[in-house]
Amino acid sequence: MTIRSDRDHGQRYRPRMSCLKKLEATVVQMQDPSTGVKGTDQKLNVTIIPHVITGQDIVAWITKNMNIDSDEAQAFGTMLVAFGYIYPLQDHKKLVLRPDGSLYRFQTPYFWPVQKWKAEDTDYAIYLAKRNIRKKGVLDAYEQEEYNKLHKWMNHKWDFIVMQAKEQYHAGKARQKADRVVFDCQERAYWIVHRPPPQTHSAMDYGLDRHIDPNAEEKKTYDYYRRIIIYTQQAVMRSRVKSSVSLGALAKYITTFKNHDPFLVPCLPSNPWQTDDDSYWELNTPDVEIPTKMRVERWSFSFYELLNDPRGRADFKIFLKKEFSGENLAFWEAAEELKWGTAASMSEKAEHIFKTFLAPGAPRWINIDGRTMGLTVKGLEHPHRYVLDAAQTHIFMLMKKDTFYRYLKSPVYKEMQKKAISPAPHNFSEAQLQQNMRNRRPSIDPIITWQKEQEEKAKAEAASGPVDIKKLMASKLDRK
Amino acid sequence: MAAQEVASQPSDTLTTLKTESETLKTKLEEERAKLHDVELHQVAEKIEALGQFVMKTRRTLKGHGNKVLCMDWCKDKRRIVSSSQDGKVIVWDAFTTNKEHAVTMPCTWVMACAYAPSGCAVACGGLDNKCSVYPLSLDKNENLAAKKKSVAMHTNYLSACCFTNSDMQILTSSGDGTCALWDVESGQMLQSFHGHAADVLCLDLAPSETGNTFVSGGCDKKACVWDMRTGQCIQSFETHESDINSVRYYPSGDAFASGSDDATCRLYDLRADREVAIYSKESIIFGTSSVDFSLSGRLLFGGYNDYTINVWDVLKGTRVSILFGHENRVSTLRVSPDGTAFCSGSWDHTLRIWA
Repeated sequence: MTIRSDRDHGQRYRPRMSCLKKLEATVVQMQDPSTGVKGTDQKLNVTIIPHVITGQDIVAWITKNMNIDSDEAQAFGTMLVAFGYIYPLQDHKKLVLRPDGSLYRFQTPYFWPVQKWKAEDTDYAIYLAKRNIRKKGVLDAYEQEEYNKLHKWMNHKWDFIVMQAKEQYHAGKARQKADRVVFDCQERAYWIVHRPPPQTHSAMDYGLDRHIDPNAEEKKTYDYYRRIIIYTQQAVMRSRVKSSVSLGALAKYITTFKNHDPFLVPCLPSNPWQTDDDSYWELNTPDVEIPTKMRVERWSFSFYELLNDPRGRADFKIFLKKEFSGENLAFWEAAEELKWGTAASMSEKAEHIFKTFLAPGAPRWINIDGRTMGLTVKGLEHPHRYVLDAAQTHIFMLMKKDTFYRYLKSPVYKEMQKKAISPAPHNFSEAQLQQNMRNRRPSIDPIITWQKEQEEKAKAEAASGPVDIKKLMASKLDRK
Repeated sequence: MAAQEVASQPSDTLTTLKTESETLKTKLEEERAKLHDVELHQVAEKIEALGQFVMKTRRTLKGHGNKVLCMDWCKDKRRIVSSSQDGKVIVWDAFTTNKEHAVTMPCTWVMACAYAPSGCAVACGGLDNKCSVYPLSLDKNENLAAKKKSVAMHTNYLSACCFTNSDMQILTSSGDGTCALWDVESGQMLQSFHGHAADVLCLDLAPSETGNTFVSGGCDKKACVWDMRTGQCIQSFETHESDINSVRYYPSGDAFASGSDDATCRLYDLRADREVAIYSKESIIFGTSSVDFSLSGRLLFGGYNDYTINVWDVLKGTRVSILFGHENRVSTLRVSPDGTAFCSGSWDHTLRIWA
């Protein structure tokens, strides 16, 4: 019995099943005569099966030696059974570990998954044929089906298979009855793992093979090293931040958002998944009129949070309108649409943006520095997806560092904070919860919501034409 | 000119280059170490410990006929799309557990699926090497396959796909070792990303306001951060010992977590340019298939191949909870957009919503 050298624990390219090595180490420990799981002899009909262990002893051993909860120990034990390192004597088709008096035995290393990987169809055919020889009609329905299939596919080697089966059968007969019974159990357990009965799965199933062999040595050519050198040089030159600063920022983010994390602090009025009441979602729709206090608070955390929330962005727009500086956000939104839009619409959008925001005397002219303006206008001669990046970043930073803070201090925001609601927590009785469960409300199809949004957007664009600065200034001068 | 150099003194040039690259790599590690003045758990000492958690399965979605391979949430916080080995892609209203749409793909092993930001379409792909977009319909009897749009074309299986900030662009990763950005309408490839030496298994788009980077993880044990505009790999991390099955950005966009077949999850800080935490335990020996953060970034949920879900305290590095329930590998896990729940999909044919 040799371990195939070209297959590493059942995976052609790399040890995806390296976990089996660790499992084996544990199994070996469990079989230690002094510190392992204690086994006893069990009487089965007229034979005595040695080294039988109970489910609860296995769980207890794992709990103690691996220092984990009994629940986790049971799950770990189930892995041992699923991979065939331990097999059940009763209900042998269900490969789980029962933490009670159910009987199990350690599988002999000969049948460990890594040793005889991959379980060959030829061997399975021999196994089924052998059992058929011993006693006709002993195969289960699914086994009979497999047997018939194999007979068909392997018809050309069927004589060989029958011959092998007969030899193994006779060899088995020569053994002592007790040994034979044990071996039969072990072999049966092996095949349950590798040829699972219907409605069960095999733990050996690892999914698809990978395409590229990462162990294949990439040819170490001149180019290979040159690539690494260029990349590493750039990496060395890259600016880094001190760990204390960046880790501090990560921790700060967590602290800032702690109260908004439904897993840490219950959301109000209640978590829809827990109480089957969807008020939380109703109160937080993208276009709700009065948002909740939590939501309004979140807008103050960062400019990104404000913009990311449609309701927050709408409130910000109201503020900008009062300040007559809506063109910055409008430009930013238009630039986003260009960046993420279809390739076909790009040049048209670029032209529209130029006419509306960048051209001298444009109706919604944005105030960016000369250099950026020059670069952008030049780039627009041959527009591509990222042509507005420089201008967009400039405007974004302007809004983030100045406008955003003025917004937070503005009457618009303060009023929103006052108006915002604080829903009281639900306190459902058991009966009410049951009722909620029966009456889970469906919601509007997102397609309809999207269509409505698009309609609203079109209306808003048509209604609020661009503010003509020249006319506005002219009218102000007139009044003076 | 390069070819001539190599031909004249091949071994000398290669050896010098090899030494140079090794020296540079050491220098990079030195530079990284210079600014490493504190460990994550030290920073975490000032933060209070977490309380006890009660997370239960709140919904079990049954309907797939085979292994569930991937799922994604809709922006409406309650709908999800899931795909399975038998080629079926199902859109559910997870709150009511109703199935709303179903598509049968012409291939098996649909390993990637994504919900469009508008909620009006889903993208999926797998062994067909393609990523296709299916616009959803209000008419439940309509055959969605009729309006299917083939967008991405790779030379090997599609492992992950993700819409960018709009329905018009899709980012994909493939078993052929590349990632690519596609224009949905025309099917044109806008940018391709080369650099992984083996299958790319996962990707995640950065949540930052500029939204121009994404991270990918592959079988070459590397996690790479890419600039979407130039196609360049701007940062890479190679500390895992086996395939990286899942990568997910930290909510602030300044870090990301990865889950690997080496049974660990790791946290990488992008600004400090280093790995800052390893989430592992001796009793956890089976690979992590997928990871995601809770809304604040304090909790990291990991779905594992031993049928369990482990919940980690990101700051303190300890495991706060282990969840049982699935009867086969957990293959996919995502937190809902508003953080109220997370969904896990498994090879046991079901999806579970936990809260």
